[in-house]
Amino acid sequence: MSVSVRIPTPLRKVTNGEDKANADGNTVSAIIASLDSQFPGIKSRLCDDNGELRSFVNIYVNGEDIRFMEGVGSGVNSGDEISIVPAVAGGR
Amino acid sequence: MPHVKCLQCRECKSEYPIEPLNACEFCFGPLEVSYDYDSVAKAVSRKSIESGPNTMWRYHDFLPVEKDSAVDISTGFTPLIHAKNLGRQLGLDHLYIKNDSVNPTFSFKDRPVSVTTTKALEFEFEVLACVSTGNLMGSVAAHGAKAGMQTMVFYPADLEQGKIQGAAVYGPTMVAVEGTYDQANRFCSELADAHRWAFVNINMRPYYAEGSKTLGYEIAEQLGWKAPDHCVVPGASGELHTKIWKGLEEFEGAGLIDKAKTKMHLAQAEGCSPIVEAFESGNNQVKPVRPQTIAKSLAIGNPAAGPYSLEVLRETGGTGVFAYENSIIDGIRLLAETEGIFTETAGGVVISSLKRLVKQGKIKKDEVTVAFVTGNGLKTLEAMGDFVVPIETKPDLDTFQKKLSNQKD
Repeated sequence: MSVSVRIPTPLRKVTNGEDKANADGNTVSAIIASLDSQFPGIKSRLCDDNGELRSFVNIYVNGEDIRFMEGVGSGVNSGDEISIVPAVAGGR
Repeated sequence: MPHVKCLQCRECKSEYPIEPLNACEFCFGPLEVSYDYDSVAKAVSRKSIESGPNTMWRYHDFLPVEKDSAVDISTGFTPLIHAKNLGRQLGLDHLYIKNDSVNPTFSFKDRPVSVTTTKALEFEFEVLACVSTGNLMGSVAAHGAKAGMQTMVFYPADLEQGKIQGAAVYGPTMVAVEGTYDQANRFCSELADAHRWAFVNINMRPYYAEGSKTLGYEIAEQLGWKAPDHCVVPGASGELHTKIWKGLEEFEGAGLIDKAKTKMHLAQAEGCSPIVEAFESGNNQVKPVRPQTIAKSLAIGNPAAGPYSLEVLRETGGTGVFAYENSIIDGIRLLAETEGIFTETAGGVVISSLKRLVKQGKIKKDEVTVAFVTGNGLKTLEAMGDFVVPIETKPDLDTFQKKLSNQKD
């Protein structure tokens, strides 16, 4: 199944400037693998050596932070919107 | 900017040019301004600082902007008050309140925003924007007005009225976002990619964060060029906590003060204390929470500088402490009734947490302690609830005397 993934500026060198990509998979980690096959190297920027999400990466499925779900194991359905967002924003 | 070298990733140390960038493209780590500290040390002395303006811009050599270009609405160099009355109640001889609620827009946010607005003009941005829980947007709107920039401010729709009106008066475009601050923050991070706006706490964050260091410089200078034994700092993103410490370390590095042995304590509200929870459980990572606190200015469930705040806690021997929700208003009233300072809920969190730290024996009677009060109480009047019980009287002497003696009984 196919979902749309929003690509933030720091990753656009890897996606040849694209700000959106389509990916296949029924979990977030499968989506990341699908992105990596299209854009080699993207996975190593998002995940550490153990496959866990890096500290400063937030991923949202339909606006929900996957850390409140099952992390990279969180389920994804066709038509979901996935957003990758650097975590370094903030301040109040 | 004679002393600035580049932006550098705090995690993997990759270097970037001085541009509106906030995240490392290799590991997503936060970018920070890197300085040539030898050059800073040569340029500054106690005397040169003392002869500067009575604002935060007396420390311009430590800030990442061109000299003499500051957008300055007279921010900083706020009072450091020896809080003898409150100290007596808590059993502390050398308690000081850093009252940053008397800044131009009534919170410490004027410090980072003054730096960011200056930098935004250097980068030739026309629009200044932010996502805020209230204090920040008032400051952004005011500085944008002063700098002649358009301003766009985004905030969670359920914010206190005082903060909404206190920002709207400066004429920004106000955008009320449905949902929590964290949701608004995520939305604005996406938006910052789509527009060429200077989002002060997103793409301008490396410069923004530097402004908060000036609180560290000021307390050291005001204590007679000495670092205190303890700081008690309110925690939302954790950035203020880390930057006050950075300020003290930089002063030490420049030879302006002796080695800083300050214990940097962090105060959060019970209903949103992800950094304190990580501290207590010994984790290096902060697990996000869904905030449920009356201290809305501290209601960041996913604190960006959380890991670094944890580092500072552990490196300095500080303690992460939370204030019980039902003690926050008591903290506000205690400070008001002892020192004549009316702070917002974040200050209530600090005072109530300070009390706990003293009770736990973390702060001793003769140690120099600075508690940071970062926002004004008039902004969060709703949180005070219905606590006023006046004597109701006719304008008549007998009635009043009778009511007064009844009240005394």
